[in-house]
Amino acid sequence: MTALVEHRNEGAVATLRRGLRMMPEFRRGLPATFALALMATAGRVVVPIAVQQVIDRGLAGPGGPDLDLVRNVVLVCAVVVLLTVVAVYRMNVRLFRTTETALAGLRVRAFRHVHDLSVLHQQGQRRGSLVSRVTSDVDQLSTFMQWGGVLGVVSLGQLLVATVVMAVYSWQLTLVVLVCFVPLAIAVRFFAARLAVVHGVVRERVGDVLAAVSESVVGAPTVRAYGIRERTAARLDRAIDRHYRAQVRAQRVTAAVFVSGEFVAAVANVAVVVAGVLLGLDGDLTPGTLVAFLFLVTLFVSPVQTASEVLNEAQNAVAGFRRVLDVLETEPDVRDPAVTDPTTARELPHTPLGVRFEHVTFRYAPGAPPALQDVDLQIAPRRRVAVVGETGSGKTTFAKLVTRLMDPTEGRVLLAGIPLEQVAFASLRQRVVMVPQDGFLFDATVADNVRYGRPGLTDAAVHAAFQELGLGDWVAGLADGVATRVGQRGESLSAGERQLVAVARAYVADPDLLVLDEATSAVDPATERRLTHALDRLTDGRTTLTIAHRLSTAERADEVLVVDAGRVVQRGSHAELVDADGPYARLHASWRRSSAGEPQPTA
Amino acid sequence: MPRRRDAVVRRGMRHVGRAIVEQPGMFTLAFLASSLYGAMTVASAYVLGEITDRVVLPALDDGVTSAGALALAAAAILGVAVLKILGILGRRLFAGVMGYRLQAAYRRRVTGQYLRLPLSWHQRHPTGQLLSNANSDVEAAWFFVAPLPFACGAVVMIGITVAVLVATDPWLAVVGLVVFPLVFVVNAVYSQAMSPRMRRAQQLRAEVSEIAHESFDAALVVKTLGREDVETRRFTARADELRDGLVAVGRVRGLFDPLMEALPNLGTLAVLLIGASRVADGATDAGALVSIAYLFTLLALPIRAIGWVLADLPRALAGFDRVTPVLDATGETPHGTEPAAAGTGGAGLGLRGVDYGFEGAVRPTLSGITFDVAPGSTVAVVGPTGSGKSTLAGLLVRLVDPATGEVLLDGVDLRALREGEVSAQAAFVPQGTFLFDDTVRGNVTLGADVPDDEVWAALQVAAVDDVVRRLPEGLDTRVGERGATLSGGQRQRIALARAVVRRPRLLVLDDATSAVDPAVEARILDALREHPANRAERPSTVVVVAYRQATIALADEVVWLEGGRVLARGRHEQLLAEVPGYAALVRAYAQTEVAA
Repeated sequence: MTALVEHRNEGAVATLRRGLRMMPEFRRGLPATFALALMATAGRVVVPIAVQQVIDRGLAGPGGPDLDLVRNVVLVCAVVVLLTVVAVYRMNVRLFRTTETALAGLRVRAFRHVHDLSVLHQQGQRRGSLVSRVTSDVDQLSTFMQWGGVLGVVSLGQLLVATVVMAVYSWQLTLVVLVCFVPLAIAVRFFAARLAVVHGVVRERVGDVLAAVSESVVGAPTVRAYGIRERTAARLDRAIDRHYRAQVRAQRVTAAVFVSGEFVAAVANVAVVVAGVLLGLDGDLTPGTLVAFLFLVTLFVSPVQTASEVLNEAQNAVAGFRRVLDVLETEPDVRDPAVTDPTTARELPHTPLGVRFEHVTFRYAPGAPPALQDVDLQIAPRRRVAVVGETGSGKTTFAKLVTRLMDPTEGRVLLAGIPLEQVAFASLRQRVVMVPQDGFLFDATVADNVRYGRPGLTDAAVHAAFQELGLGDWVAGLADGVATRVGQRGESLSAGERQLVAVARAYVADPDLLVLDEATSAVDPATERRLTHALDRLTDGRTTLTIAHRLSTAERADEVLVVDAGRVVQRGSHAELVDADGPYARLHASWRRSSAGEPQPTA
Repeated sequence: MPRRRDAVVRRGMRHVGRAIVEQPGMFTLAFLASSLYGAMTVASAYVLGEITDRVVLPALDDGVTSAGALALAAAAILGVAVLKILGILGRRLFAGVMGYRLQAAYRRRVTGQYLRLPLSWHQRHPTGQLLSNANSDVEAAWFFVAPLPFACGAVVMIGITVAVLVATDPWLAVVGLVVFPLVFVVNAVYSQAMSPRMRRAQQLRAEVSEIAHESFDAALVVKTLGREDVETRRFTARADELRDGLVAVGRVRGLFDPLMEALPNLGTLAVLLIGASRVADGATDAGALVSIAYLFTLLALPIRAIGWVLADLPRALAGFDRVTPVLDATGETPHGTEPAAAGTGGAGLGLRGVDYGFEGAVRPTLSGITFDVAPGSTVAVVGPTGSGKSTLAGLLVRLVDPATGEVLLDGVDLRALREGEVSAQAAFVPQGTFLFDDTVRGNVTLGADVPDDEVWAALQVAAVDDVVRRLPEGLDTRVGERGATLSGGQRQRIALARAVVRRPRLLVLDDATSAVDPAVEARILDALREHPANRAERPSTVVVVAYRQATIALADEVVWLEGGRVLARGRHEQLLAEVPGYAALVRAYAQTEVAA
């Protein structure tokens, strides 16, 4: 089993580069969007230009004020402003469309990829975090790209265009302005580092608050039973308070960064006035130009302020992006040969399937003790085999290897003589079906859930399937028959009834090899009887490998495999094994004792 | 529709008022700072105009200037800038503190309710919902506070601007009187168009997340039936809808942003057009023209702040509406005044005609439960899934109160006991193990002052002392959600030690050893019965919801629960012989257990 790839310490730029590689949709529309963004900045410099023109040529024209010229200048500029509106609107729409399309693509790819990863079924507790990788992590990215990203790009464009305009007016004053902003440009690096630290602390504190809140909710029975409300409240208040203080501290730094731009702008204004007047005395500068410069300086301030606002957002987004990319870059443990190597991919023959394990060893992680060790055995077609053993003996690993949820570390598994890694998934999943311990049901009707095993089946056919399994009376007892909705995760049904639906689902899939991971939760006797009966019908004529948690199942099997510490230690029919001196006889004796109501010997 | 818009606007304004009423001091400070900022913004434009008139034009047109005039100009620019900066700092800090305080206060109130409200309330609300009420909903409710003083300051600034305009030139004032109302109109139209689109996007987000949850939970079924592509298609369909929803949001925002930026720019151009002819007529001078044009440029940002607040109000209301029911929920558990019977040995327990039903349940969960548990005895409660065993266990330690009937501890109704008395006498280990985000010691003592050797003794009774000894930091190892990795059985045993260390007179175990090996479980139960420090004392009374024969067999008596009623009581062997349902169930469990 592979753990998720993790790039926790990767730099933001590296993450972005990695991400852009994975989002071809994003790159496609981008150049045009950037071109529009540059046009968008035109609207911002047009006003200072108008001011200059009006002052120098309109009011101070040689023949007195020239109102026609003013009208023309204003008209042209107004048109430019309106065109800018259109350009920005187009840019925004393009940007929203490209980013959302790219992110939807990313979302779907990550979703599909998660299904290929074994973490999903190996580590149930990590499912929540996997869900957030296709939901909130992507959402955060979208917020950032459309808000922060655009602002960043437009701000940069604004700096560029403003500088060009200034340089055209007066290179001397441009130099003066740039010199004023140099310290700020240098300080930005330092600011960014400070901001990263304080926002990092805030994020950490948010985590603490979440943990504390969950104590008051998930731990509600414990908190009440032990009368520790005060203590829990104190812990919560402390977490909330620490979060609050971190927020205030972050706000202080953000505000300081924000105003630094304002201060530099004031200094630049002073410098422009002083230098402008001195230059103007020599006749090198018109009043309009000087005033226009003061307008243009304001365009220099906002990028710095924007940066202080966007940075936190950017950090969150990059962290989220990294998590999504880590999922995408985690190699699946098993791959469909029909995809990776179509020339060697094979179909399973349409005959009852025999199973062969060739010196199979499996470890969950390199260096871990083997879950299965050097298992070498053959199961004839149509046999019903029960695998028994204590918890942790490795019997579930059997099921996972034979369904190719995982590949052996050493050795190989063959079905009908074909090595599993050569069998195309389409063929494998059609012919080999597993009924897991918890037969998960979707929030849909009973029929929909059964059809999941064979799409396109009609309700009537589903109904017939239940009849064939001897479950007709159970279906008849449901409010709407097979059209009854089962609720979220099938919770309107009891655990045993969910299992009945799972059996029907496997039955309509009509596999040649059936792998049953027997449910461990006890069900009421009536459902138990139904289930046993239905399972008999299901396994009839199919090669069946049952991971047995009850010895009664072993009694009914053609053959029993006893697993202990990763090895098959005994094999034979129940009748043969129960009288032989060995682990099976001991397991069975202990079961008999406890069924008779005697306490087990305390080991 | 207009009626609903009015409602949203009115409710939004009331919500804004609520924020101000809750944090009047901070709001006032932030508002004053914003106003200072606003006034200084206007002042900076005025200064610019004056400098144009008095320094720039004379110097550049007539070639006269003085160091004094230049120094004065520089001082004026810097002075105004410093005041403006103070305004910004104050605005951001005070507004930030205001918003964060509101968040913290509401988080405290919400979680205070979580701790105060009875367990029956918790059972009616999904965990995920309660978590998001305290976190994202509270945050959404007060998010608009950050730009609120800025927006109020902007209103002030607009007021000053209009006054300056009127004072300078009535014709220029007309420009302001056209542009500013337009700003409000565009804002109103924007929030109007935005809120249904936002709601839809939010809804689709939830649906996408639901599909991902369900599909990932179903991983084994999906995989073993080879349905990954079907699942991906299902997910893609919804992800595409979400994309379209977000693009629809983007269209509105994409138009709003440039419009809001263009309005002040167009205002500036109008000022130039009208102003130039006024200057030509000699009604005003170039300096005034420059200062007003500059003012419009500076106003662009504060005007946006108004939009930020308005645009966020629908979201804030939605978040607040989710938080309110929690704050308004009532049903604190009332306590009596009686002390518990003084005693050290096992407590006596009695149930008299107890009925209990979850709110909204079709049939009562428990009905007519009557039985006694003798001090120092061990009773097993056995029954099929859904028979009401856990509810019964919760009643015994007053996690919930019966609808009718009474639960007696040493003959006293639990409801008559003083606060804290039940938890002092009884310990309960619930079905789902819960470990706090704390050390092993903290999880066992729960903050009580317990010497380490007693903690170790409790861990030993729970058969987990060896495990703890092997942990990197022993008792000081952090466990819980984000702590050391322990197996389910180990976590359960630590939770058990938590109960044992208190030497309870009544110990209620709700299937609290399900993940523990049967052999270890038997050892634990034996140890529990012998635990009293003084062996001469009566042992604790133990009520255990049990599945395993081995556990049940240790009990002095078994209570057989089916469909919320006690259908039989007696010794295990007796029930096995006399109650077919009991025998069938116990056997089924036994078969499950041995090979598992």
